[in-house]
Amino acid sequence: MDNAGEAVYYRNKVRGRAGVRQWIFSTDHKRIGVLYLVSVLAMFSSGVVLGVLMRLELLTPGPTLMGPQTYNSMFTLHGVIMLFLFIIPAAPGVFGNFFLPILIGANDVAFPRLNLLSWWFYMAGAAIAVASILIGAGPPDTGWTFYAPYSLFTGQDVSLALFAVFVLGLSSVLTGINFIVTVHNMRAPGMGWFRMPLFVWSIYATAWIQALATPVVGTTFLLVIAERFFGIGVFDPAKGGDPILYQHLFWIYSHPAVYIMILPAMGIITEIIPVFARKTVFGYRAIAYSSLAIAGVGSLVWGHHMFVSGYSYTAGVLFSFFTFLVAIPSAVKVFNWIATLHKGSIVFSTPMLYAFCFIFLFSIGGLTGLMLGALSMNVVLHGTYFVVGHFHYVKFGGAGFAFFAGLHYWFPKMSGRLYSRMRANIALFLLFAGFNMLYFPMFILGIEGMPRRYFDALPQYHFWQAVSIAGSWVLAAGIILMLANLVHALFRGEKAPENPWAGATLEWTIPSPPAHENFVKIPEIRRGPYDYR
Amino acid sequence: MGKTGVRDDARGAAARLGMWLFIATEAFFFLAPLLLYAAYRYRYAYDFRAAGGELNLFTGAANTAVLLTSSLTMALAVNAGQRGDKRLTAVLLAATIILGSVFLVIKYFEWTAKISHGIYPNSETFSGRARGEVIFWGLYFFITGLHGLHVFIGVCLLTVMLFMRLANASGGRYPARLENCGLYWHAVDVIWIYIFPFFYLMG
Repeated sequence: MDNAGEAVYYRNKVRGRAGVRQWIFSTDHKRIGVLYLVSVLAMFSSGVVLGVLMRLELLTPGPTLMGPQTYNSMFTLHGVIMLFLFIIPAAPGVFGNFFLPILIGANDVAFPRLNLLSWWFYMAGAAIAVASILIGAGPPDTGWTFYAPYSLFTGQDVSLALFAVFVLGLSSVLTGINFIVTVHNMRAPGMGWFRMPLFVWSIYATAWIQALATPVVGTTFLLVIAERFFGIGVFDPAKGGDPILYQHLFWIYSHPAVYIMILPAMGIITEIIPVFARKTVFGYRAIAYSSLAIAGVGSLVWGHHMFVSGYSYTAGVLFSFFTFLVAIPSAVKVFNWIATLHKGSIVFSTPMLYAFCFIFLFSIGGLTGLMLGALSMNVVLHGTYFVVGHFHYVKFGGAGFAFFAGLHYWFPKMSGRLYSRMRANIALFLLFAGFNMLYFPMFILGIEGMPRRYFDALPQYHFWQAVSIAGSWVLAAGIILMLANLVHALFRGEKAPENPWAGATLEWTIPSPPAHENFVKIPEIRRGPYDYR
Repeated sequence: MGKTGVRDDARGAAARLGMWLFIATEAFFFLAPLLLYAAYRYRYAYDFRAAGGELNLFTGAANTAVLLTSSLTMALAVNAGQRGDKRLTAVLLAATIILGSVFLVIKYFEWTAKISHGIYPNSETFSGRARGEVIFWGLYFFITGLHGLHVFIGVCLLTVMLFMRLANASGGRYPARLENCGLYWHAVDVIWIYIFPFFYLMG
């Protein structure tokens, strides 16, 4: 096949539309994937700026850059942006959209127009979230969890932010439904369930969580809005309501949401490792089933966020037990990745290095998660920096690094260009070093008793805070270099061949970037996704 | 055939599966406030019974009958649409729209009657009431309001389908769309079947 895909695909007008309109009105899953990529990276960048400023605030005693009220709003916005606008939609929105249809040998998702609508809902949610900062009584200061009863009575503009998350949830639900139907109905002839690439399995499991868990938080946030406007009383202790029930409903979604973030991330890693180990993935079925197991068991562990909130001892023991249980399918994946590497011809290319960083950071995040999942330790560590360190290792070191791994793995396919691997590796080194400098001290600070969400620190915490702050600058430099390298490659990079990594899945059989119709003729599948021989 | 290269019947099957999944999400959407109902009913059993007794069983039962009948006309409309009976489809759709609207009108009078008696969230008369009753009415207005919104959306959808029918749509993807509207309508009906006993009958 010729390599003129780019000219054919990105430069052509779609139905006579030109400029930005050929993007924002396109129902092509690949263009929608790119739209998501641009939007989530914009959101990620603004979240990073907020994060760096928050870190800097703790550099000197007392107010350094801002007062406590501003700091409260900053960590709320940082959380809302990074979770609801970046890491939840990132992997399904970008790689799910761009690659799910290609990987199963389809020309598009099942409902292309619904897909575009999802992106529009995403943008509407983002716009409303920005509006909640600019108009009304000022940005919300509740933390991203919007815990009642504080969220019911704070004078800040909580309702608009909650509505923004509601709209984002709608986008997530529609994407989930779309992907489930796509996997069920759109597979190419011969693409049986166990011939699907494992990224598809993980997106499929994720889609179920997106479709079934998101509505719960949707109504919960509507209840808080109704509480703020009409005072219906269900979460208001003064009227007989119970704020603990808010926490239950919130975490019934928000814990599975952690798996919306991490499952596609694990899927990306599972695609990368066999390609760069030049070996069939070890334990295909175990990995596929473990995705479903994580989605299933992960829906039963929400109570481990509430060990000190107040419920029965029995409930605590059960939630702790299920939390330990969910570590098993996660560990199945990690061991299978390592077994895949065993006796492979490992190529230390950029995506593979990202995957290694992922395994390392995710393992630390997962094991500290077990520490927090143990009832007795949780009582000590709850609400400290230890928790902040833990979830950044899982969400950023895990889901974030896997997202960047996927970006470096699929960038040649998406853009039709090759990036400088040297600069990418330097950026990764900065990311990895900065990340550990930034977040590892948080474990120490947490064990020493520093509470999270404080805008100031006692003198005994200053040393590790300073290390952490320095780390945030190294990390930011790494992010800037990484993105700059990719943007540079977009304009100046060499043209990418069809299959730069020698992968065996379907996306590497079509031009880079793919044509408007992914496959000239829908392929017939006669072998597994990782058969290199 | 569109870009996806899928034939219309396969597309109909995909649309149906998508609708069933959407209905599953609706179930979870209503699950959250119904979980609250369960938790508070357990905690304030006597207050819930007292407050439920204040609801007008007759209007509630009438509304149930109206909505169930509308599900019948909806099912017949889908059937007529699949058989290609254009006139009957239009008549049955119109009947469903009218019944759905009657449901909303009855609901409106029910709400205004309660509000005129000082029963609404944050009402002054609430300060003297038992806590469980306050919660009961908070949940009543939230859940029936959310359900009413779904009925309203359904009426709008069916009105669009009626206008499409009157603009002479009947073949192609029309029957599949009609069937999906029917699925949605029945789902809204089923949700009411749960709401009705929880608030009206268990009083």
